[in-house]
Amino acid sequence: MEFTGADLVRAAALLGAGIAMGLGAIGPGVGEGYAAGKACEAIGRRPEEAGLLTRTMLVGQAVSESTGIYSLVVALLLMFVVK
Amino acid sequence: MAIDDLTWIHAASYFGAGVSVGFGAIGAALGEGYTAGQASDILSYRPRMSGEILKTMLVGQAVAETAGIFALVVSMLLMFGELKGHHALEAWAYVGAGLAAGLSAIGSGIGAGFPAGAACQALGRQPSASGQITLNMLIGSSITQTPCIFGLVIAFLLMFIDYGAKPYYPYWAAFLGAGLSTGLAAIGPGYGGGLVGAGACRSLARNPEAQRPITTAMLVGIGTTQSTAIYGFLISLILLFKSFPESTSYVPSFALLGAGLAMGFGGIGPGIGEGITGYYALDQVGRVPEEATLLTRTMLVGQAVSESTGIYSLVVALLLVLNA
Repeated sequence: MEFTGADLVRAAALLGAGIAMGLGAIGPGVGEGYAAGKACEAIGRRPEEAGLLTRTMLVGQAVSESTGIYSLVVALLLMFVVK
Repeated sequence: MAIDDLTWIHAASYFGAGVSVGFGAIGAALGEGYTAGQASDILSYRPRMSGEILKTMLVGQAVAETAGIFALVVSMLLMFGELKGHHALEAWAYVGAGLAAGLSAIGSGIGAGFPAGAACQALGRQPSASGQITLNMLIGSSITQTPCIFGLVIAFLLMFIDYGAKPYYPYWAAFLGAGLSTGLAAIGPGYGGGLVGAGACRSLARNPEAQRPITTAMLVGIGTTQSTAIYGFLISLILLFKSFPESTSYVPSFALLGAGLAMGFGGIGPGIGEGITGYYALDQVGRVPEEATLLTRTMLVGQAVSESTGIYSLVVALLLVLNA
C-alpha cells in the first residue's frame, strides 16, 4: 500500500472535519434546548407575554448557535479549502 | 513476529466484548440508582405507600435495565459466538459492534431512570392517579429505549454481515464509523427522551385531569428528541451498505471514520437539549392545560432550533461519505 505525506495530511484534515463538527454540535444543542425550556416555563407563567418570550428565546438561541456555526465553517474549510 | 488474521479477529472479538458491556453498564446503573434515590426520597414522606412505590420503582428499573442487557447479550455473542475468520475486516466489525451496543446503552439507561424516578415521586403526591402515572412512565421509558435498539441492530448487522469480497481499505473505517455513529448519537436522544417522560409524570401529579394534553405533548416532545438517533442510524446504514471502491491511500478511510464521528458526537447535544426543552414545557402543560397548544408550539420551535447543529453534523457526515 502506497503511503505518502500528502495522503496523511488530507486524511487528517477529513478526520479533523468530522471531529470538529461532531464535538462542536454538543454545546449549542444543549444550550439552545435549555433556553427553549426556560422560555416554555416562562410562557406557562405569563401566556400573555408569549410573543416577547419567543423572540427573546430565538435571539438567545441564535447567539448560542454561533459556536455550532464556527464548527461547521471549520469542518467545511478542512474538507474543501485547506490543502 | 507475524500474526495471522484469525488471531487478530479473535483478539478484536474479546476487545469488542469488553467495550460493549463496559460502556453499557454505565447508563443502566446510573438510571436505576436515580430511580431508587427518588423512591427513597418520597418514601420518607409516605412510608405507608411503600408497596406501591416499590413496585413502580422496580418496574421502572426493569425497563432501564433493558439497555444494559442488550450490551451484555452482544458481549456474550462476541465472546462465545463462532468466528468466521475469512476476512481481516471481521476484526473491525467486532470492535464496531461492541462500540454500537455499548455506547448506545448509556443514554437509554440513564434516560429510562428519569421517568421512573419522577413516577415514584408523582405516586406519593397523587396516589389516586396511579394508573395514569404508571402508564405515562411506561410509555416514556419504552420510547427512551429506541436509541439502544438502533445500537443493537447495528451491532447485529456488523456481526453477521457478509464481508464477501469487500476491500480492506476503506471498509475497516466504514465498520468502525458505523459503530461509533449509532452508538454515540444514541446517547443524547436516550437521555433527552427520559427527561420529557419525567416532565410528563411530574405534571400528571400536579394535575391528573390534564392527562390528555400531557400525553399528547409528551409524545410530540419525545418524538423530536429521537431524531438525532435516527440520523446516526441512517449514517451507520449508509456506511455499512454503500459500496466504496478499493483505495490505495488512507484518505477515504479517514473520511468515513470522520463521518461516523461527526454524526455520532453531533447527535448528543441536540438530543439532550431537546429533552430539557420538553421537560420544562411538559411541566407547564400540567399547570396551565388551557395553554397546551401555545406551549407545544413554543416547545417545537425551540426544539427545531436546537436540532440545527444535529442537521449540520448530518450534512458534514454525508459530505464526508460522498468524498470518500
